Amino acid sequence: MIAIIDYDAGNLTSVSRALFHINVENVITKDIKLIDSAQRIIFPGVGAAGSAMQSLIRLGLDDVIRRAIGSGKPVLGICLGTQIILQNSQENQAKCLGIIDGSVRAFSDIFASKKIKGLKIPHMGWNRIALKTDHPVFAGLKENDEFYFVHGYYPLPDNMSQVIATTDYGINFPSIIGMNNLVATQFHPEKSGNPGLTILKNFSKWEPC
Amino acid sequence: MGAMLSKRIIPCLDVCEGRTTKGIKFKNNVDIGDPVEMALMYYEAGADEIVFYDITASHEKRDIMIDVVRKVAETIFIPFSVGGGIRTLEDMRDVLLAGAEKVSVNSSAVKNPEIISEGAAAFGNQCIVLGMDVKHVGKSEKIPSGYEIVINGGRKYMGMDALAWALEGQALGAGEICLNSIDADGTKDGYELTLTELISSSVDIPVIASGGAGHPVHLRDVLKQGKADAALIASMVHYGTYTIPGIKSYLDNEGVNIRSSW
Repeated sequence: MIAIIDYDAGNLTSVSRALFHINVENVITKDIKLIDSAQRIIFPGVGAAGSAMQSLIRLGLDDVIRRAIGSGKPVLGICLGTQIILQNSQENQAKCLGIIDGSVRAFSDIFASKKIKGLKIPHMGWNRIALKTDHPVFAGLKENDEFYFVHGYYPLPDNMSQVIATTDYGINFPSIIGMNNLVATQFHPEKSGNPGLTILKNFSKWEPC
Repeated sequence: MGAMLSKRIIPCLDVCEGRTTKGIKFKNNVDIGDPVEMALMYYEAGADEIVFYDITASHEKRDIMIDVVRKVAETIFIPFSVGGGIRTLEDMRDVLLAGAEKVSVNSSAVKNPEIISEGAAAFGNQCIVLGMDVKHVGKSEKIPSGYEIVINGGRKYMGMDALAWALEGQALGAGEICLNSIDADGTKDGYELTLTELISSSVDIPVIASGGAGHPVHLRDVLKQGKADAALIASMVHYGTYTIPGIKSYLDNEGVNIRSSW
């Protein structure tokens, strides 16, 4: 059973529907016991970092996520769920979970400082990923597969060995990060057609060593 | 510089009481199929996103659309948006909870611009698409861009400048603009390139061009010259004149960056 953590941050049913489509049992929940007993955790999210962190703390889910990652069970972060794993975000100057060292940066800042013009924000639509390393969750993807992104901020770990893939949008930004039993995508696998379903399928079988 | 974000090709389905229809706006609507089946077909053919426009006239029958949205969300795994008849936060919530990625507001936002900011605050900017119906009227003091906002299928002029409204919509929190030229709509003679280029290069959010697509060359022109981020298509694929893979392969050859694997 996969527990999809419900912390009142956007619509989580699309992740659940995509999992049911590939015959993977799942539940959307904020029940701490249920999350603690699940074999795998998905930490999704759409919205703003500040309010998402407030919700997590209010619901007591911040510790649940830390505990899940510490326990060694497979954890998948998606979009805002990915960003919140870092230490802090430029969005609302939010303090985040700090599981991975690093910060969440605004495209607007980096575009301004590098004098990159003409790129729309949010980065919305389909883009490719360049895998830096082989990873079982991202096995079986084709080089020209694309994934659906919608975000104005991107994760930037301090330790570049925690970057699993990058994507080109004016800059090469980390689009998949992770360590040990944790993987986290900036894009939405549940909205990325077959390549996205492949990732979800891989995650549902992944046994991190 | 890379920035390899693909240009999106988006089929648009007009839905009336649960069936896909096609007619000249609000008139002579003909049943052309089941929206869920058509969505699946376009999903499998490589559509990058799908737009549903609910033209059901009766408010009582709006639940039918929610049911369609739910079925679509169980069937396809790409983003889709729903517009038409979205007037309140409650309308937005119904559609988003049923599984749509985005909602679009058009005339309701013209009448009540706060719906954009309220929707953006409640659901996030990326959920809110500002739909604009625009007519060329010539430059005047009141309409400096020469393009005016219209509603009711182009029958009612609102005295609002299209460029000013696009910028205001962005400031209010719209995450995207779907720009429909009433002049080009239904002509199959191509998108309104001047209008699209004007709006797309003036705002920072993505712009979907709509109205006038009849040939793949029109998509090339609006995505290159018109600087659109996405192109809406309808009859050119609904009747099998062109296919999405065919259009994409043409665009790829013409140097337009499209998603080629799915």
